[in-house]
Amino acid sequence: MKLLWFHLMPYTDLPEDFTEKHPSVWVDIDSRLFDPLRAHEIYNEFMDELEFAAQSGFDGICVNEHHSNAYGLMPSPNLIAASLARRTRDAALVIMGNSLALYNPPIRVAEELAMLDCISGGRVVAGFPVGTPMDTCYAYGQNPSQLRQRYEEAHDLILKSWTEPEPFVWNGRFHKLRYVNPWPRPLQQPHPPVWIPGGGSVETWQWCARRDYVYSYLSYFGYKAGEATMRGFWREMERLGKDANPYRAGFLQFVGVAESRREALDLYREPAEYFYGRCLHVDPRFAAPPGYATEKTLRARVQSMVAQAAERAGNRHFFQQPDFESIVDRGYVIVGSPDEVAERLRAVATELNVGHLMLLMQFGNMRRPLAVHNTELFAKRVMPQLAGLFDDRWEDLWWPRPLPAERRAAVREGPR
Amino acid sequence: MSAPRERRARGPAVSAPRERSVEAAGLRFRIWEKGEGAPLGFLGGLRGLPRWPEVLDRLAASRRVIAPSLPGFPGALGHDALDGVPDWVCAVLDALEASGLEGADLVGASVGATLAAEVACFARASVRRLVLIAPFGLFDEREPVADVWAQRLSELPSLLSAEPAKLEAFLARPEGEDEVEWQIALTRASEAAARLLWPLGDLGLARRLHRIRAPTLLVWGARDRVVPASYAKRFADGISGWVEQKSIPDAGHMAEIDRPEAVADAILRFLGSG
Repeated sequence: MKLLWFHLMPYTDLPEDFTEKHPSVWVDIDSRLFDPLRAHEIYNEFMDELEFAAQSGFDGICVNEHHSNAYGLMPSPNLIAASLARRTRDAALVIMGNSLALYNPPIRVAEELAMLDCISGGRVVAGFPVGTPMDTCYAYGQNPSQLRQRYEEAHDLILKSWTEPEPFVWNGRFHKLRYVNPWPRPLQQPHPPVWIPGGGSVETWQWCARRDYVYSYLSYFGYKAGEATMRGFWREMERLGKDANPYRAGFLQFVGVAESRREALDLYREPAEYFYGRCLHVDPRFAAPPGYATEKTLRARVQSMVAQAAERAGNRHFFQQPDFESIVDRGYVIVGSPDEVAERLRAVATELNVGHLMLLMQFGNMRRPLAVHNTELFAKRVMPQLAGLFDDRWEDLWWPRPLPAERRAAVREGPR
Repeated sequence: MSAPRERRARGPAVSAPRERSVEAAGLRFRIWEKGEGAPLGFLGGLRGLPRWPEVLDRLAASRRVIAPSLPGFPGALGHDALDGVPDWVCAVLDALEASGLEGADLVGASVGATLAAEVACFARASVRRLVLIAPFGLFDEREPVADVWAQRLSELPSLLSAEPAKLEAFLARPEGEDEVEWQIALTRASEAAARLLWPLGDLGLARRLHRIRAPTLLVWGARDRVVPASYAKRFADGISGWVEQKSIPDAGHMAEIDRPEAVADAILRFLGSG
């Protein structure tokens, strides 16, 4: 079992009347709500938290990519990862951006991830999301009808640039490069493990199976809503003749630990309601640019009454502000004492068969003391209860292979 | 389904066109045709031609109307192979030639008007006279084109049309059509339009408009909330040929759906009987 600590880096100071006064947290969010002095504080807090999680024994720390988004202040996850590469020693750096279609030429992504892999001594996981409609089609103006074609070409180009020893010519549909020969190249050979953050599309699952990549379901709606998706994923793996190695999968879950369940309900109410209210206040007009969903996905959606009902329910949750009781009831956030959280997470990991649990332990407007408290309690009293799960039967073939500690470069404070 | 019947009760009877299918450069196009006389091409708007609209029936009373479907719009596939203006212009030229419209008068609506204008820029001889109903393709930051792909579903009909009920009837699934496939076809049409126009900026057409020497009629719904009616002047200023302008009262962006009689009258008055 791998436990990963995931940061979204939400802006913590959206006003209380945000959902009434503003149409969207994303794309056209009012820039006057952004205070760079606050950002100076919280960026540093958030990076402290990621570093603290690494020191506390989490197997990996995760960053991701969003644009024009007040709940995700990481347009460039690579920048944050660069600092973490120097300030952490052993944790995997799980970089759940870059949205490949946004970079031209895409070898920029190959170069930056190779830099990070070299700096960190081979601790990088390369996450390649297609990216949400809000990020890609609206904030970054990509053509929704070309997005997947561009993503696929960028992926092929990056992988070839990591693995092809000679300089080569790329005469692609969207990119023409006479000399592809990135320097530096990744430390992990042939390349860092690739994880694909995705929604519930069968095509993504099939692609992950074909390429032997990790499929990572990054939903904000927890283990109950995610169960159908993960079951679908495993059914498809079985159909394609893949084994049930839980390390083929990643799954995101919000968690709040306290001494008791009652205390947890007190402590995490405000940040959870802030996240599921203000942070997920996304204007539906940015949800479905034509061509973003493939026809296969659309057809499955329209055909299946069950899926339709689920989608309606999903949309309702997504766009209507739930109170903390329903956030907890629906399993969006798992809260409780260390024993309760350990028991629940063990059940989630086992039932969804997920080897990489990606935990959001700072969320909404949670400040550093509580985030640190949550992380510390988890590391001391939950983590030991989950240690070793799956490892008697399965090997994680998708985990970074860093240099052994004795071969890693020293990080020195001064010039001596 | 009762909506089309009610609609017919209010307007003139709309009868089905002849349908044939042609292949050009590996793409298959549906061609709808009706009427006698000199050929008149029609390229549909943001949803293409999911059904034969009243405006074409009115034109078919005086002309032989030929409406080829374009890639990705109802009646044809293949938009996902087209990556930019030159690809689209080639596909439209293929469709025009395959349907017997080379050198004919050409009417386009919205995205179809954009393509008609592009064709007239790149291949002057392929168009005799041109009618453009509210084309996209130019952009003025002081008066931006509305983002038709960032709208709440409930607000879209009234953005596109001054008569949302007519638009809804135009898009309603006819009896006998599969519900799933009908929805997919309409979404695919939106995607095809987006494939050419996203994110609705200047297509580069401003630098080519002078190439249009065909006599041109610019038709605009006076209440177009998508491409403001003031864009008619921008097009008129750029085109080298003879230009007339006709504003259609009480019509929105899809003026040919909102006011089929007024739009058909304006077109026929400009083109005559051939």
